[in-house]
Amino acid sequence: MRPANLTTASLRQVSDKAAAHAISQTRRNFLRLATGATAAASFFGPAALQALIAPRGQKAVVVTFGGGARDDETFMPDGQENIPRLLNELIPQATFFSQVVNKGILGHYVATASIVTGAYETFNNFAAVSPNNPTVFEYYRKDQKRPATDSWVVAPSNGFARIGESGHAAYGPGLGAGVILPKRLLSAALTSRSDGARYQHLLRDNYETPLHAPTLTGHQIEINQMAEVLKLSVDDFASHARSLASPDEMSVYIAKHLMKQFAPSLLWITLHDIDIAHSGTFSLYLDGIKRSDRLCAELWQTIQKEPEYANKTTMFILPDFGRDSDIDSGGNGFQHHRTGDAMSRTTWMMALGPNVRQNVVVPRSIESIDLVPTLGALLGFNPRFSPGKPIPEVAA
Amino acid sequence: MLPSQLTAESFSAYPPQARQLAISHLDRLQRLPLAFLPLLLRELIACDYKFPLERRDLDRQLKYLASLSPAQFQLSLEAFSKLSLNADLEKTDWLNNPAIFTEQLTAHLWTTHQIDAFRAAAILYVDQATAAFPDDPPATHRLGIAVIGQGVKSTDYRLFRKLRAQGTYFTGVKAERGAALLLDAVAKRAAQHPEPYSHWYIDGGGGPQIAGVSCVSYAALSPARAALQARMQKTYEASVFDPEAFRTMLAQTKPAEIGLDAGTDAALNRYQLSVLTEGSGTQVFSTTFVQWAVREALRRAQPLTLLARFAPRQREQQMNELLVETTRKPDLDPQGSLVDADMGAYYHWLNQQRLPGATEARFFAWFEDHSEAVAIGPGFEAGKTSAAPIPLPEIITRLS
Repeated sequence: MRPANLTTASLRQVSDKAAAHAISQTRRNFLRLATGATAAASFFGPAALQALIAPRGQKAVVVTFGGGARDDETFMPDGQENIPRLLNELIPQATFFSQVVNKGILGHYVATASIVTGAYETFNNFAAVSPNNPTVFEYYRKDQKRPATDSWVVAPSNGFARIGESGHAAYGPGLGAGVILPKRLLSAALTSRSDGARYQHLLRDNYETPLHAPTLTGHQIEINQMAEVLKLSVDDFASHARSLASPDEMSVYIAKHLMKQFAPSLLWITLHDIDIAHSGTFSLYLDGIKRSDRLCAELWQTIQKEPEYANKTTMFILPDFGRDSDIDSGGNGFQHHRTGDAMSRTTWMMALGPNVRQNVVVPRSIESIDLVPTLGALLGFNPRFSPGKPIPEVAA
Repeated sequence: MLPSQLTAESFSAYPPQARQLAISHLDRLQRLPLAFLPLLLRELIACDYKFPLERRDLDRQLKYLASLSPAQFQLSLEAFSKLSLNADLEKTDWLNNPAIFTEQLTAHLWTTHQIDAFRAAAILYVDQATAAFPDDPPATHRLGIAVIGQGVKSTDYRLFRKLRAQGTYFTGVKAERGAALLLDAVAKRAAQHPEPYSHWYIDGGGGPQIAGVSCVSYAALSPARAALQARMQKTYEASVFDPEAFRTMLAQTKPAEIGLDAGTDAALNRYQLSVLTEGSGTQVFSTTFVQWAVREALRRAQPLTLLARFAPRQREQQMNELLVETTRKPDLDPQGSLVDADMGAYYHWLNQQRLPGATEARFFAWFEDHSEAVAIGPGFEAGKTSAAPIPLPEIITRLS
């Protein structure tokens, strides 16, 4: 994140609002062609919204991409080859929001924390701090009087260790989600093994700065709790990890274990492989998109197969934000998200579930902080400190 | 410290030309808002090591500021003046470390939701300065050349996917000794237009030196990269890792500290240092190195000719492993590198088109040792595919 270079002569003059609208239109038009998706306006009137009030016993799984993928590499013609599962399996079952705007800080931890709290957090992205506003997990657990095992976060890097619980006076300690940092667990598991080199590809921590490993603080579970909490032995975990291609695969593996073990009503998974883009290697960025595409589909399949989740789970998939456009000379295209331009702020979200309309595109603008109030409507809690608004196409 | 407190003595630590330039514009500098001045000083403090056209760009900004009436001056910088800064930023040594101030300012602007206002102000300012003192056309048309896919026998990836619409896509190029022919073409243009830093050759592996051409290669910078990687590793292994301190360390690295003080070309040495310390991934991935080096060469030197030749990068590994690449033989990823380079070629063309003379500029991208290429510019029909056999020298003649 750095200011636009002042010696650059030609910066594009397009208003952010117009650009965001254009991005949304592109996605909407493409989806109409590709999947026959219908604009939501034709479905949703006041009566339809009434029908979407969710019944009790609902569960929610949220998947965020920490490291957005641009339309160029996803929904535009050249990018479609990278997201076959999203396009062919998930979107036909989803309500797709084509204009999700993030007006906050475009750093992955602080942006994800903003989505988790439903309020734009303003702390240092690289600091090991808790969010200032109550998290969705605290709202849910306090209002619904749910136990600690009912909400979990599986996060990619050590920097996310405190994302499960805020520093807010009315919530905070004891009300948050359990946080699992799979890489942290694997790293600890490897200290007793001699073949650590075989696992190095799973241990990369953060891509936003060349080398980043913040001091670990928070309430994440540690290796000695893994067997007890997840019913997963260190050896089994390490052996399975060896067969995985990336940290995100490890995160999904852990998430599936959690679903079997506790069937949490609120499960939040942040994928991070895509953010390898910061290294400037376009092919590795594409690999990350393809992997995320596959993992999202696998998660949805798991939800359909698990009795505790089938037919009562709403799944949300959204990037935390986008990446810089190729055209803006103040940025560096896919590599970073420094400019704060419309491309880097505008992204998308899809919602799937038993009470969600299928194959519908919603082109109107929503904000990423609207997710928590939407979850509040679904799961029955009051996100009283969130300025976001429930998304009526998903929850009234 | 505030800009109004600047005196001639304030610039005592600046290099000679920078000091002189600052003192000669002191009255204007004193009146610039703090959200703007260090960004200008970041350019000014490096003016002893700037490329000629880069220096001209700095002069244009100073000339533009000097040309404004007091009312115009205030109006032109009003948006920067309105940005709210904090006391910590004022206490920063923005005078002698403007790059570090810039990092801190960036964080502050994001945190306080002012980054969009800053961005709009920057765009407006650049447009006004450029409109007031437009660029001269280049001495001849620009020529960009990207050679991609070294070591790849075949690929399923649809190459030049973003470039094809801009020019003619050839599938029957006869390109024996292709790389040598292209290097000859660069050398010839350098002889015809011998202005300094107007012709560049950037190689992701090793490459020959060419008279009159600024030559930069990933392999030649191996000792400098090893020295920098050692510094990065040391910071990485500190008991408490601080990303901001890490960035500061990179920003404050001096050429001599990584062996980039040899020879007489201080401007090229500084350029190479900046590519390695300011580019993310340039230290460990050769494809990223070429991509960023091309971008920076185009932005800063505005060359007439730039040949970029990509080479296979090392495979993705844990950062600790990547950082010791110079002490072991790295495992290479030619196929992934081809995809990287295909995007890199597109960015090469995009960045060239941002320079004056875009309508006359030519661009050529070639899949090395293969018959696939795309040529863009006057004389090459946009969106056309040609399967007819065509010798590479014929294309070079049309590009030149």
